[in-house]
Amino acid sequence: MRDMFRGFGAVFYKETLHVRRDFATLFFSLIIPLLQMLLLGYGIDTNIRQINTVVFNADGRQESRELLDRLKNSDTFHVVRYVSSDQDLNNMIIAGKAHVGIKIPVDYSDRLLHQMSAQVLVLIDGSDSSVAGQAINVTTAIGLDESLRRALPNNEAFAVDMRPKLLFNPDSRSPNFFLPGLTAILLLNVTTFLTAFSIVREKERGTLEQLFVTPVRPMGLLLGKLLPYLGIGFFELCMILTFMRFAFHVPIHGSVFLLAFLSLPYIFVSLSLGILISSKANTQSEAMQLAFLTILPSIFFSGYIFPLETMPKFFYGLSYFVPARYFIDITRGVILRGAGITHLWPDALALFTIGTLLLIIAARRFQNKVIMA
Amino acid sequence: MPANGNKPNGAPGANGETEGTDPAISARGLVRKFGNFTAVNDVSFSVKRGEIFGFLGPNGSGKTTVIKMLTGLLPLNAGEASVEGLNVRTDAERVRERIGYMSQNFSLYPDLTVTENLTFYGRIYGLDPARLKRRMDEVIQLNGLDPYLNRLAAQLSGGWKQRLALGCAMLHEPKLLFLDEPTAGIDPVARRLLWDLLFDLSGHGITFFVTTHYMDEAERCSHVAYIYFGKLIADGTPNSLRELPDVTPEGTIRVEITTPEVTRALKIARQIPGIRSATIFGQSIHALINDHFDLDDLRLQLQHQGIVVAEIRPLAPSLEDVFVELTYKNQAAGAKEIEANRA
Repeated sequence: MRDMFRGFGAVFYKETLHVRRDFATLFFSLIIPLLQMLLLGYGIDTNIRQINTVVFNADGRQESRELLDRLKNSDTFHVVRYVSSDQDLNNMIIAGKAHVGIKIPVDYSDRLLHQMSAQVLVLIDGSDSSVAGQAINVTTAIGLDESLRRALPNNEAFAVDMRPKLLFNPDSRSPNFFLPGLTAILLLNVTTFLTAFSIVREKERGTLEQLFVTPVRPMGLLLGKLLPYLGIGFFELCMILTFMRFAFHVPIHGSVFLLAFLSLPYIFVSLSLGILISSKANTQSEAMQLAFLTILPSIFFSGYIFPLETMPKFFYGLSYFVPARYFIDITRGVILRGAGITHLWPDALALFTIGTLLLIIAARRFQNKVIMA
Repeated sequence: MPANGNKPNGAPGANGETEGTDPAISARGLVRKFGNFTAVNDVSFSVKRGEIFGFLGPNGSGKTTVIKMLTGLLPLNAGEASVEGLNVRTDAERVRERIGYMSQNFSLYPDLTVTENLTFYGRIYGLDPARLKRRMDEVIQLNGLDPYLNRLAAQLSGGWKQRLALGCAMLHEPKLLFLDEPTAGIDPVARRLLWDLLFDLSGHGITFFVTTHYMDEAERCSHVAYIYFGKLIADGTPNSLRELPDVTPEGTIRVEITTPEVTRALKIARQIPGIRSATIFGQSIHALINDHFDLDDLRLQLQHQGIVVAEIRPLAPSLEDVFVELTYKNQAAGAKEIEANRA
C-alpha cells in the first residue's frame, strides 16, 4: 500500500522548493486575485441608480415640478440638463449625454385639473437593456402611484398592497452577490494554472521523462505535486474569505468550517483539470491558452454573473458540466443563505464525481500520450 | 501489462535475480509497433556485465524506443527482455530501482541547487538519510562537484550539468546505467573527462548502455550495435565489425590517399575504374578499391591528372565505414524485399 505512493515525499520536498524559489509567481498568483476582488467589490454595482436624464418641461407649473421631484427622489434619475425644445431633447439622447428624456407637455397641469388623462413622454435609450428596464419600471410605477393617489379618496389604503422583502441581502448590496461567486472563479484560476504549469514545466525541461524511469509511482508523483498546490489553494480561499468578510462586510450566515470543508472537492476538481491540461499541453503558453478555455465557461455558464434560469436550454444543460456552478451554489448558499450540509450535499457530490472522472481521464491520457509517446 | 504465458525456451531472468554470470541486459526478438509503424523490429542483443555498450543509429531509428522498452515504460509487442536478471514484462518496478538513467538534456531542476538536486533523486530512490549522506559525499567527490554545492543547476556549464546529472543517476549505486547521448552539446574536455570516468567505473563492474552520434565515442565502446529503422544491422566489438565481410567485400581493399587537393582529387578518383567508392576524410580520401589494383598504378593515374599525391596506404575500415556500408547493404536488401512483396 505504501508502495503505491512511492516517491511522494521526495516529490513533495522538491515541489515546495520550487514554490519557495519562484516566490514572484506565488506572490502574483495570490495578489492578483485580491486585486480582482478589490476592483469588482468596489467598482461594480449591479443596482442601477442615477441614470443621466434630460428634461423638457413645457408645462412648468407646480404639478409638473412635483412629478419631476418624485422621479428625482426615486434615486433612479439624475437630471443633467433642462432643455426647451423636442429637438434638444432628442439630440441629448443621440449624443449619449443622457439615457432618458422626459417631456411634460404644455397642458399637463390643465388636464389634471379637469380630471382628464395627462400624458408624459419618456424616451429611453434602449442600447443598455438593464438601464432601459430599470427606467421603464420606475417611471411606470411612479405614474401608477400618482394616478392612484389622485383617484383614491384621502388616506384610503390600496386594495392590494404588495410588500416585497429581500431575504439574505436586504440592502441589495452588490458585493454580497458578487464576491461569493468570485471566490469560486479565483480559486479555480489559481489552482488550475499552478498545477498545469508545474507539470508542463517538467515536460519542457525533460525531467518528467527522467522521473518515469525512476521507481516513483504515478500516484506518488501526482499527489506530491498536487498537495502543495492544494495547500496554496486553501490558503487563497481563507485569504479571500477574510477579505470578503472584513473589507467588504459581507456577512457569512452559515458555517465557515462547512465552507472550507466543501471547498476541498472543488479544489480537487481544479487540480484534476490542471493535470488534464498538462497531459495535452507541451509548453507553458499552450497550457495558458487551454486554462483560459476552462475559465471562460466558468465565468459565463456558472451563474456567477448571468442568471442560469434565463439561459437557453442548451446552455442551461451545459452549465451542469461547469464545476464552478456547483461551488457558486455552495458559496452563496453558505455565505448568504446560511445553508447547511443537508442542502448542499448534492453540489459536493457532483463536484467529487466530476473531479474523480477528470482525474481518471487525465491519468489515462498521461499513460497513453505522455509516458508511452 | 499481461505477462506473456508461453515464454521461449531459456527466457532470461525468468526466475528472478541470479547475479554473476547473467548478462546485464538480454533482449530477444523485441518488437514494438505504433499503429502500422514498426519502430522496433525483431531486435536481439546481449550486454555483458562491465561492458560499455554503444547503441548507435540515426535519429528516429528506434534507440529511445528500445530504452523505453528495457526500462519497462513501453510494453513489448513481442519478444523477451531481462535487465539485471529481471524480466521487464513482469518486474518493471524492480528494474527501475536497479538502473540509473541519464537523458540527453540532463534532466536537472534548474531552480534547485546541486545539493537539492542530489537530495531529491536520492529520496526518489528511497535512500535512508544515513546512506543518502554517505552516497552524496561519494558522488560529489567522484564527480568533483565540491565547489558548486550551493549553486543553482541553471548556473552550471554544460559539462558540470552533465556531471551532476550523472551523479544523480548513480546515487543509488546502480549496476547498470543508461546514458542517452551523454555528450551532446558539451565541450571536448568535458567529453573526455566523462569517458575517463566511464572507463574507471566500468572497471569496477558497472555496465553502461550509451547512445551516441559520435563515431570516436563508438570506437571507445567495448561493444557496439547499430540500429537502422527499427532493425539491428550490426552487433559486436568494434574490431569484429571491421572484419565483417560485408564491410570490405571479397576482392577489395580500403586505402587512404593523402593529398592537398582533396576536393578535386575526389572528383577524379570517382571516375577511375577499379575504385568502387571514395569519400573525403579531413586531408585525405578513403577509397574502396579492387584488390588487384596496384597502388603505384593508382598513384600514377592520379598524378597523370595533375593531382599531387603525398601518400597512399592500406587502411582498416573505421566504424563509420562499417555503418555506412551496412546501411547501403540494408537499403538494397530492403528495396528487394519491397519488390518481392509487390511481385
